Amino acid sequence: MPANTKYELKLGAATREAFGKTLAELGRENPNIVVGDADLTKSTMTTFFAKEFPDRLFECGIAEANMVAIGAGLAMAGKIPFVSSFSAFVMTKGFEQLRCLVAYPNVNLKVVGTHSGISIGEDGPSQMSMEDLALACALPNFTVLCPADEVSTKWAVRWAAAHQGPVFIRTGRPKAPAIYQSAAQFEIGKAVELVPGADVTLVATGLLVAEAIKASDLLAAEGISARVLDIHTIKPLDEEALARAARETGALVVAEEHLVDSGLGVRVAQALARTVPAPVEFVGLTRFAESGSPDQLLDLYGLRAPDLVAAARKVIARKK
Amino acid sequence: MHRISNPTDLAVICRQIRRHIITMTGAAKSGHPGGSLSAVEVLVTLYWDVLRHDPSNPKWPLRDRFILSKGHAAPVLYAVMAECGYTPVESLNTLRKLGSIYQGHPDIRYIPALEASTGSLGEGLSLALGMGLAARLDRSPSRTYVMLGDGEIQEGQIWEAAMFGSFNKVDNVCAIVDYNKLQLDGAVKDILELEPLAAKWRAFGWHTLQIDGHDIPAVQSALSEAAATKGKPTCIIAHTVKGKGVSFMEGDPKWHGVTPNPEEVELALKELA
Ligand SMILES: Cc1ncc(C[n+]2csc(CCOP(=O)(O)OP(=O)(O)O)c2C)c(N)n1
Ligand SMILES: [Mg+2]
Repeated sequence: MPANTKYELKLGAATREAFGKTLAELGRENPNIVVGDADLTKSTMTTFFAKEFPDRLFECGIAEANMVAIGAGLAMAGKIPFVSSFSAFVMTKGFEQLRCLVAYPNVNLKVVGTHSGISIGEDGPSQMSMEDLALACALPNFTVLCPADEVSTKWAVRWAAAHQGPVFIRTGRPKAPAIYQSAAQFEIGKAVELVPGADVTLVATGLLVAEAIKASDLLAAEGISARVLDIHTIKPLDEEALARAARETGALVVAEEHLVDSGLGVRVAQALARTVPAPVEFVGLTRFAESGSPDQLLDLYGLRAPDLVAAARKVIARKK
Repeated sequence: MHRISNPTDLAVICRQIRRHIITMTGAAKSGHPGGSLSAVEVLVTLYWDVLRHDPSNPKWPLRDRFILSKGHAAPVLYAVMAECGYTPVESLNTLRKLGSIYQGHPDIRYIPALEASTGSLGEGLSLALGMGLAARLDRSPSRTYVMLGDGEIQEGQIWEAAMFGSFNKVDNVCAIVDYNKLQLDGAVKDILELEPLAAKWRAFGWHTLQIDGHDIPAVQSALSEAAATKGKPTCIIAHTVKGKGVSFMEGDPKWHGVTPNPEEVELALKELA
């Protein structure tokens, strides 16, 4: 592939692993960091924290609603709790508790959903979260983060710990292609322009950021210059970068491992509707998936670089 | 279905089911062998000796129903349903592969003969009670059986359902707790102890029995006592061993979600010959 970008996209740590390791680091730095888990420490990777700080790891058993409520209590008593489970469970089973006990009173709880999207593979739909961003964004006071790789996840977890207020971080199961150098700097609510471009903008989050980079290479080979934006902060959204992209490139594609009807795409469309209206195409999920290997599912459900390329061609054709 | 009640004959079927569980999970390279193996005697007794069902007519309205609330133990359910004739035995080893009807967790879209899609723990008891209420309204003889994991019953929804079931006297529902003492992260007693478990179910108003869940005659008599109990639902606490039947898997939490490699498959099959 004729690469015009500087990204090698070598497989790095899974974002859940980066979360677990950063949490253990934070544990060493701050005795107020405490953790709740619902019988998934080995999967969410809070096990790193558990090994070092068994007294500050609260194993709640398979009772996510209870875990969220306990976390809220810990936060109200001055701790900085991170509670974690599969995104599909903590955000759905814990939602009422997140709404009433955390968002409404603006409690300092950090919620980390792991195994998001369909890239968990074989376990199938009951464990795949496709609506967690919608749920998290539906909670006032919450900051919602969806980092793409190890380095940006480390930043997200550290930012959450330092921030006063509720945060949701979405992480994934598979190893994630490395995008950032360890010295990379991030700012909350500020998109990162990974590839410059003038004809179309690929707006992506999470695992789809790497696909967007690959898509920009494929498009370059066709003579199309595609800008790539990493939206690591879903809420608050970087409306300014999106408006600029709409103004300068005239068309956008939004790509996410989430339901297209309720995730980043609708938020981008909303932002553009009130700033610089422009044609947008959406790459994401529209139905429940199934069992299969992560790679097979990403192919089958249309979450790959060629799917972004097709959407880019389509949206460019809609430009006036 | 042709009923088999002789414990010796049922034990032969159990061994065959265990062999399927090993080869399926070995081929899939992911999945949950431990909690599948602990449930074998209960499922085999249910499907061959107790449930009124007809694999050639899976939607028979008067049938008894079974819900595997601990959906991750799908391999045992798939092996049992295949041996009953609901689904092909030959393709069991496609478990968890793209396009397979044997999805990672039971999925009614792929196997309509299933009573429920499960996988998010804590939900099956409520479903069973809904089915039980419907059968009562319809004056149907249909009974609903639901298997719960011991870790699973840490979910609050289980106890909401437990209260509802006794208050509403849903006596056509029978819950079976696969009390294998282990969950994902380790021992139930270290994670969130359930004891005194029988006293809890009794306090919630359920007729409660405790049995050795690998002793087929004990399973048979508990299930018939459940059917004979009127005015309250029954909970059978089946004391089991996670990984039962494969020496190196028994009682080791590792085998919750780790599958045997080819050498381990061979060793296990030798033990189950
Ligand atoms: C709501 C929910 N939370 C977490 C999980 C992940 N999970 C799958 S199996 C399991 C442990 C289940 O233990 P138990 O109920 O004792 O089952 P068994 O020992 O019979 O395998 C966990 C935590 C899940 N499937 N659903
Ligand atoms: Mg168990």
